[in-house]
Order: sequence, then C-alpha cells, then structure tokens
Amino acid sequence: MKNEKSTATPFWRDTRVIPILLQILFVVIVVIVGTFLFTNAMTGLDRLGIKFGFDFLSNTAFFDIGEKEIEYTPKDSYFRAYLVGIVNTIKVGIAGIILASIVGVLVGISRLSNNWLVRKVSTIYVEIFRNTPLLVQIFIWYLAVILQFPKIEEEMNLGPFFISNRGTALPWFDATSGSLLWIIFSIVGLIAAVVIRSRLINKQIETGKITHPGLWSIAVFIGTLLLALLITRSAPFTLDYPSINGRLYEGGYTLTTGFQAMLLALVVYTSTYIAEIVRGGIQAVSKGQVEASKALGLKNSTTMSKVIFPQAIRIIIPPVTSQYLNLIKNSSLAMAVGFPELVYVSQTVLNQTGRAIENITLVILVYLTLSVITSIIMNIFNKKFQLVER
Amino acid sequence: MPHMSSQANLQQPQKRAETPPPKTSVGVIGWLRQNLFSSWANSLLTVIVGTAAFFLLKAIFTWVFFGAEWHVVSNELNFLLIGRYPEEEVWRIWTLLLFFHALLGLSWGFGKGIMNSIAYTIGGLLFISMLLPFIEMSTRIWIIANLATLISFFFIGHKFPKVKKITFVGWFLSFPIVIFFINGLGILPNVSTNLWGGFMLNILLAVVAIVCSFPLGILLALGRRSKLPIVKYFCVIYIEVIRGIPLITVLFMAKFMLPLFTGGIEVDEVVGAMVALTMFSAAYMAENVRGGLQSLPRGQFEASQALGLNSTYTTVFVVLPQALKAVIPAIVGQYIAIFKDTTLVLIIGLLDILEIGLSMIAKPEYIGLDMEVLVFGAVVFFIFCYLMAHVSRRLEKSLSVGNR
Repeated sequence: MKNEKSTATPFWRDTRVIPILLQILFVVIVVIVGTFLFTNAMTGLDRLGIKFGFDFLSNTAFFDIGEKEIEYTPKDSYFRAYLVGIVNTIKVGIAGIILASIVGVLVGISRLSNNWLVRKVSTIYVEIFRNTPLLVQIFIWYLAVILQFPKIEEEMNLGPFFISNRGTALPWFDATSGSLLWIIFSIVGLIAAVVIRSRLINKQIETGKITHPGLWSIAVFIGTLLLALLITRSAPFTLDYPSINGRLYEGGYTLTTGFQAMLLALVVYTSTYIAEIVRGGIQAVSKGQVEASKALGLKNSTTMSKVIFPQAIRIIIPPVTSQYLNLIKNSSLAMAVGFPELVYVSQTVLNQTGRAIENITLVILVYLTLSVITSIIMNIFNKKFQLVER
Repeated sequence: MPHMSSQANLQQPQKRAETPPPKTSVGVIGWLRQNLFSSWANSLLTVIVGTAAFFLLKAIFTWVFFGAEWHVVSNELNFLLIGRYPEEEVWRIWTLLLFFHALLGLSWGFGKGIMNSIAYTIGGLLFISMLLPFIEMSTRIWIIANLATLISFFFIGHKFPKVKKITFVGWFLSFPIVIFFINGLGILPNVSTNLWGGFMLNILLAVVAIVCSFPLGILLALGRRSKLPIVKYFCVIYIEVIRGIPLITVLFMAKFMLPLFTGGIEVDEVVGAMVALTMFSAAYMAENVRGGLQSLPRGQFEASQALGLNSTYTTVFVVLPQALKAVIPAIVGQYIAIFKDTTLVLIIGLLDILEIGLSMIAKPEYIGLDMEVLVFGAVVFFIFCYLMAHVSRRLEKSLSVGNR
C-alpha cells in the first residue's frame, strides 16, 4: 500500500489533469481581467451619469445626412440614421466589389499578356497603387482630383452627364405605370430562356443533333419582352435627365464628391490585389492543361472559358473573398471625405450622445453581420466551382 | 516521281551552309515583332496603350518638373518628417539614425545578397537628401555622417565577420534604445508623446505594432490549434472578431472605450494607437502563422515525439521555425499592410505625416497645393513599401533555393 502511494503520479504532473488545470487558470485570469475592466467601465459611466443601454436609439437624431437612399429627416430617430449609414455602406460596398472585380480581372490578365507594353503598364499600375496607403489615395482622389473639377456654374457637360465639384449627375431611370409588369415579364423570360437552353443542350448531347440552344434562348427572351411591350404599350422606364438649377443639380442621379472619391479609391486599390490573385490563379493552372486543350483543337477562347478559367476560379475565389471583405471594411475610411456611411453616422451619434460602448458595439455587430453575409454568398460560389472528385 | 523530289528536298539543307535567321526575327525588329506586333490585334493594342501611356507620362513629367510647386514640401520638410518634435532635441533622432545605419552597415557587410537592395535604397536616399539645395548646414552634416557610418560599418562588417553576434544583439536592443532616445525616460529631457509626429510617428507605430504583434500572433495561432477547448475558442473568437471589423473601429475603441475600462487612468493617445494597431495586427499575424502550421506535414510532429521532445521543445525548435519560414511572404505582406494602415491614426487625432500634410494644405499660403503634398506622402510610403515587398520576394526566392 505504502509503496503504491509513493510511485503514483502527483496530480500536478498527470497529463490528464494538467490541461484542465491550465484551462481553469486561463478562465480565472480572463474572468479577473474582465471583471476589473467591466466594473471600471460601470463606475466610469456612473460618474458620467450615463446608463448603459440601447434605448437611446429611439431618440430624435436632430442631424441631417447629406446622402441618403432611404427616407430620412432630422426628425427621425438615431436608429433610422443608422439604417441610412448601413445602406450607404452596402451601396459603396456592392458598387466597389463589382467594379474592382472587373478592373482586377482585366489587369490580372494584362499582366500575363504577350504584349510587352501592356504587361509593363499593368505591372506599374499594380505596384504604384498597392504600395501606397489607401487613405492617401482617398485624399488624392478627393482633394486633388474631384474637388478640382470646375465649379457648378461652369460645369463640364458631356451629353446628358454633368461633371462639377458638386458631384456628377447622370440620367436615371424613372418608373412608369408599366414598370412592374416589365420587371415581372423580364424575370419570367430570363428563367424560361435558361431552362430552354439547358434542355436543348442536354438534347444535343444525347442525340447529337445540333439544336441551337443559344439562339432559341435569346428568341424566347425577346419574345417575352415583346409580349410585355404589347400588354403595357409603354417603355419599361423613362430616363430622367439631370439639369442645373442655380447651384444644385435637379433630377437624374447625383454621385456626390465623397462617394466618387471613395469608390474610385476603393476600386483602384482593391483591383490591384484582385489582379495579383487572378494572375496567380491563372499561372497555377498547369501548362499541360493548355497544351492538352490545344492538342484537342479547342479555340483560344474556348480554352480560356472551359479549361483554364474553371480551374483558376477555384484557386481565385477564397482569396478574392477576403479582398471583398477588406473592401467593405475599408469603406469605413469614407468618413474622412464626409461620405455618410456607417462609421460616419456612428461617430456623429457618439458625439451627440457620448455613448461610446453602445455605438462602437453596434458598428462592430453590423460589420460582423456584413462579413458573415459576404462569406456565405462567396461560399455558395465556392461550392459551385469546387472540384468534384471521383 | 513525287517520291524523288521529296528526297532531293531532304538532302538539300545538308549541303548548304547554315542560313542565318531572317532579319525580322532577331535583334530589335525581332523583339518588337514578338513582343509588340505579333498580330494585328496586338499591334492595335500596342498603339492604343502606347499613345495613352505617352500622353500620361508627358502630363506627369511636365507637372513634376514645371507645374508643381514643390516649395511647400521643401519649406515644411522637417514638419512632415518629425512633426512638432522640439528642435533642440532633434540630435537624438539623428543619433538614433546613426545607430541604425551602423547596424545596417554591419549587417550589409556580412549579409550581402538580400541586404544589398536595402542598403542601396537607404544609401541612395541619404545621398539624394545630402544634395538637396534647401536643407540647413547642420542637417547636411548629420546626413553626411550617417552616410559615412553606413559605408564605414559596411567595411567593418565585411572585414570582420565576427561582429555578427554584436550586430544581432544591437538589433535586439534597438527597440528599447529607440524608446529611450525618443522619449527620454527621465534621463534625457522628456519629450511627451503629443510632440511625436510626422513620418517618424508612422514608423514608430508600425515598428511597435510589428514587434509586439509577432509573438502575440504566434501565441494566438498556437492557441487556435490547441486541444484545450476554452483556450481554442477564446482565440478563435478573438481572431475572427478582429478580422471582421475595420481598423478604424479598433482605433475608436482605444480612444473612446479604453479610458472607460482603465478606470479613469489617463491613457496616452499614442500608446492607445499602438495597442490598437498591435491587437489588430496580431489577429492577421495569427492567421498567417496558422497557415504555416497547417502546411507542416504530420511527420514532423511525430518525428519530434519519437525523439522524445516534449511539446514545448517540439513547438519552439521543430514546428515554428519551419512554419514561419513557409509564410515569410505573407508575414511581410502583413507588415506592409500595417505600415500603410498607420496613416489611419489621423482619424483619432494623431499628427502623422498625412495629418500634417492635410493641415498644411489648409494653410492660406499653401492653398491649392493639395497634389504636391499628398504625392510627396504617397512617394515616401511607396519607397518603403516597395522596398519591403522587393526584399520579401528576394527572400522567398533564396529560401526556396535552399529547399531544393
């Protein structure tokens, strides 16, 4: 008995116990630090006479927001102001993602071009805009380019477009009585076209007869649109042309200076990263694939679209997703040029109410939600393009 | 008959002397044909891009040399680079630079290869700034002293490879030395952080964030791969939350929330920004390191276990060196990103180079000179970021050679 006891491992050297002890220690430290910070914050808030809570969101905001996609007046609540900010963040995010992808793919392919000049120009573009801070670029676009446009009284006029240091005005769609019907018909037509195309392709593969799937699907789509025209007897929309009234734009759609600067900077900056990813993805497709498809007699364009691209996209999607997330997060810098997105609104609310913890927590939650949504969408894409292994 | 003729054709080349390739496929013309005018579409592209590039270059050239008024930069160069750092204490920054140039010279002496590009760039910068016409005499002397230090220590390092150890100790101690010289720490007259500014502040913030986030990131990465569930999920949540939010919100936390949490203790704004940048960078660093850890084959773990190493030794001597080496490019990319991100501190009111530039543009005597000031800032960042990227590529190449 005695002997047994002395050879038994003491509990502090037992590998089954050590992890548990370590974790308990970790939890204790975290809890102590957490409580310390929390009590500090609570006493601090008490001293300032602020009660922690989110009920201030229903108070009247009393500040106006220059650029809004949804109805908002200074009489609305802080919550409404936040919504305006979130919509603006999403707006610059989506526009930025689409444009940056287009520019990025073009530049990425240019970097592999067999034309020496195109290759060099795209390399210089990438190196310059990758290696300078985004905030500096934003200020260059905003202060040194866009605000230097002519004054609104002496505006530049490119057809229906107006360019001045008050922003750029574009013609915009105006709904007519038949717009809803048009939208319904075009969606139905699009679905029908896609269904017919895939049916015909299947038939062509099975029977070997040439069925012209592309032509048929286009014909079906145009047919439904003609039907819509017959029923509504009006155009799908009317164009609303901008005009200048005094020192303001009237009608059309105005891109504000802040939005333009932000969009330009985000697109240019992110496109350099996307370009590098696209280049890497294309280069990662093994050379044998290209040679094999050439040996099979495929056209260059078919090789690109059916052989290289499907393989490259698998490599490209995950890093491009994180670039999209970066773009959305970087849009928070828009507050530097006065574009009222989420962080800008939250700063205004914070200054008015002094509620730091609540406002910053709100912003964090919104960004986390946006990140999760973007990740989910990109994961769906990723699954679609994933290699199906035998 | 056709059989005969083909035979004759086959034999002919053997008799003739080797014909040189046609003129159109060698030399300048050949290069042009191959790289710029290989097909009509390519020729069209060349003409369009070439014309656009020519006019753009011409516009940039005329602006830089004739249009731009660079006096705004030359007048305020000190302000842009060191902010409101007191003039009588500037010698401390110069001494620090001497120290770094000595270290750089030594490393260059025995390192060569990769160090070449760094040393040439820094030396070139010093040489150019020495020739600038508008700087004061004392500044010029300091610059010449720095250049001389760089070169003389290169020869010392080259001649006596034994100084390697001293150099490493020097690099290791450089961080506390920097803080001591810039702040004073009671021995030298104190220069409080609200006087730190300019490009010096950007570099300081970046260096602190880089140095501190490295070990923190490794710990977080190891924690994320740990088998202990509580530690693991703590690390996962930290990394994912930080990576999901913009840096601005972390900086706002440092500015608005930190004073609340510390219970009324004044938190220095510069220190707050350093903490924020470090915490932010650590999450990204952790993901980079995790990538390296995942790339290690299982055999490495098993082999070190078979050798009887405990988990600490396995991690420190087997796993981490290989994992970190595998992700050097990603880590350098992260360093470049954090260096560029230091400009964001102007949003919480610190006087970094960009904020100083913006305040200069607002002055009535410099009105309309936005482009000059901002382009100067962009160029300064570009030099350092491009240098880092270049070194990273070189490093990657030399390391992959070692692997073969």
